[in-house]
Amino acid sequence: MTAVGLSAPRRSSLDVVLRARELGIVIALAVLVLVTAISNSRFLSGQSIRDILLNTAILAVLAVGQAVVVITRNIDLSVGSVLGLSAFTVGTLLQGNNLPVVLALLVGAGVGVVCGALNGVLVRYGNVPALVVTLGTLYVVRGVTYFWAGGSQINADELPSGFLDFGNATLIGIPYLVLLAVLVLVVTGVVLRSYRMGRELYAMGSSPHAARLAGIPVGRRTVGAFVVSGGLAGLAGVLFAARFGTIDAAAGTGYELNVVAAVVVGGVAVFGGSGTVWGAALGALLLTTIGSALAVLEINQFWQQAIVGALILLAIGADRLVATRVAASLKKRGSHVS
Amino acid sequence: MSAELTATRAARFANWNVAIIAITVVVLIVAAATVDNFGTSQNFGFLVLDVLPIAIIALPMTLVIVTGEIDLSVASTLGLSSAVMGYLWNANQPIETIIPLCLLLGAVLGAVNGFFVTVLGLPSLAVTIGTLALYRGLAFVVLGDSAVADFPPAYTNWVTGTIGSSPIPNVLIIIVVLAVVFGVVLHATPIGRAVFAVGASEQAARFAGVRPGRLKFWLYVASGLVSGLAGVLWTLRYSSARADNGAGLELAVVAAVLLGGVSIFGGKGALPGVIAGVVLLGSLQNALRLSDVSNEALNVVTGVLLIASVLGPNLANRLRRT
Repeated sequence: MTAVGLSAPRRSSLDVVLRARELGIVIALAVLVLVTAISNSRFLSGQSIRDILLNTAILAVLAVGQAVVVITRNIDLSVGSVLGLSAFTVGTLLQGNNLPVVLALLVGAGVGVVCGALNGVLVRYGNVPALVVTLGTLYVVRGVTYFWAGGSQINADELPSGFLDFGNATLIGIPYLVLLAVLVLVVTGVVLRSYRMGRELYAMGSSPHAARLAGIPVGRRTVGAFVVSGGLAGLAGVLFAARFGTIDAAAGTGYELNVVAAVVVGGVAVFGGSGTVWGAALGALLLTTIGSALAVLEINQFWQQAIVGALILLAIGADRLVATRVAASLKKRGSHVS
Repeated sequence: MSAELTATRAARFANWNVAIIAITVVVLIVAAATVDNFGTSQNFGFLVLDVLPIAIIALPMTLVIVTGEIDLSVASTLGLSSAVMGYLWNANQPIETIIPLCLLLGAVLGAVNGFFVTVLGLPSLAVTIGTLALYRGLAFVVLGDSAVADFPPAYTNWVTGTIGSSPIPNVLIIIVVLAVVFGVVLHATPIGRAVFAVGASEQAARFAGVRPGRLKFWLYVASGLVSGLAGVLWTLRYSSARADNGAGLELAVVAAVLLGGVSIFGGKGALPGVIAGVVLLGSLQNALRLSDVSNEALNVVTGVLLIASVLGPNLANRLRRT
């Protein structure tokens, strides 16, 4: 029994747990939308929904990348800084140049991939915990952006209209940004769920030692996870630039905490090995919707952060409760021998 | 035999604690010799005031990290303490009541963290990211985005003032007293030995009669209490209570502690190294600022130092082995 997680009875109960986790967020989201919509019908207007989706798109892309890293029992605190560097790089490149949007996306993702590779290599070859490495690169990357940008700011009127259109245009009513985020989500989700490479990330998170014994190239996968997280943070930087049009060196400051919050609320365990990118994306949607709901309900916006904090505590508490229950029931049933 | 001897000698040499203190001394000497105004007594006062919150919060943080946990909510506790201080001052409460209340508040906020981590057994990283958002949010709920000023000059002057006519800042007393208290607790008492034991192996510590849960709970209380105190001092120093006071400071504190040679995995670390880490970070920032290096470029220095402090000993070990 080397791979207990793959044996049939365990697998099915694990599935139930995972489904329950995401079900919780869906219910919370439904209640929130319902209550808000009843007290103010403006909440379900097209414009309001569009704003929520656009803001979720950026956070969700970051959360998907973060989930990949967290599943391997690592963390990437540098994503906010990488988003800033990517947004400023793309903004500078596009200033007065009418380059194709695809090129901007590639450049942004490329900037992110370089940062992610740096994180991954430091974690892998330096034997340094990810928390320390990415705390360091959070400062370094932000510092580089400030150094480069100084006090300057790129405004919407300096960006080509094609790029700004990309930030606002829709395809059959759905914004491009949202489509792109869904694409990222589906591809990552399918790879994590159904491909060997994806399953290996979970194995690493459950037990790095066992994963190594099982012949999983832990080092390469770790670097890979950071590259994905960095690349997606870079991509999010381009989306940020397209959506807001105004970029300065502080773009994305403090985002790392929102992203980690979305992932944790979405049911990805901080100690790795479990959770899905769907959950992380739902977490991002929930956090963004809370922000809009508070505004519509005319509740003091200052409550938002407190609610986010309470949600994180609630989510990890509930997660713990479910985990203990499952462990207890497995023990009782005696359905597996380890 | 001789190889073994060289190895232990090398291990002693690689002791980051010694290295970081040496680096700090070198930086201080070079800065004093090359940077105008760095060595002045006036600048010394600024330097101490600048590192004050990081210096005192780093002390309990060291103990928390040595047990293998982390507390990311410290800066938010500072902010909430500051916001409550402003709120109560607006409500015409006497400052003599407000300050103890803010310290108590800090301790309670720490106890909340401790409860989640030790009683419910939740991972401290996730818990304190949650309370980081929660406490900061509550600070804004209490005070909004307004600022409260006009605190009594007797108090604000004490915080920014010096002992008599000497160049020694008053707040240095607080730093030294707290450093001695935490230093003695960590390095000379059974509590300190328990802290290291829990960090090295919680299971083994439990067999040795330590109660890891209770120990960690009180460390979180201490962390909250000191963060509450930092909130009071921050408010008095700038004579401004704001909900966003100290935002982001948690990362600087963790950076200083790790820079001081404390292992993020727990079980290893020493306070002299951490104090050197705080001084190194503070004096580098101060010296670079005096040399007109932008504040933002300092971020690069902080980040590189942080990574180097953990990477350095690892690489040195690896090179020695080959």
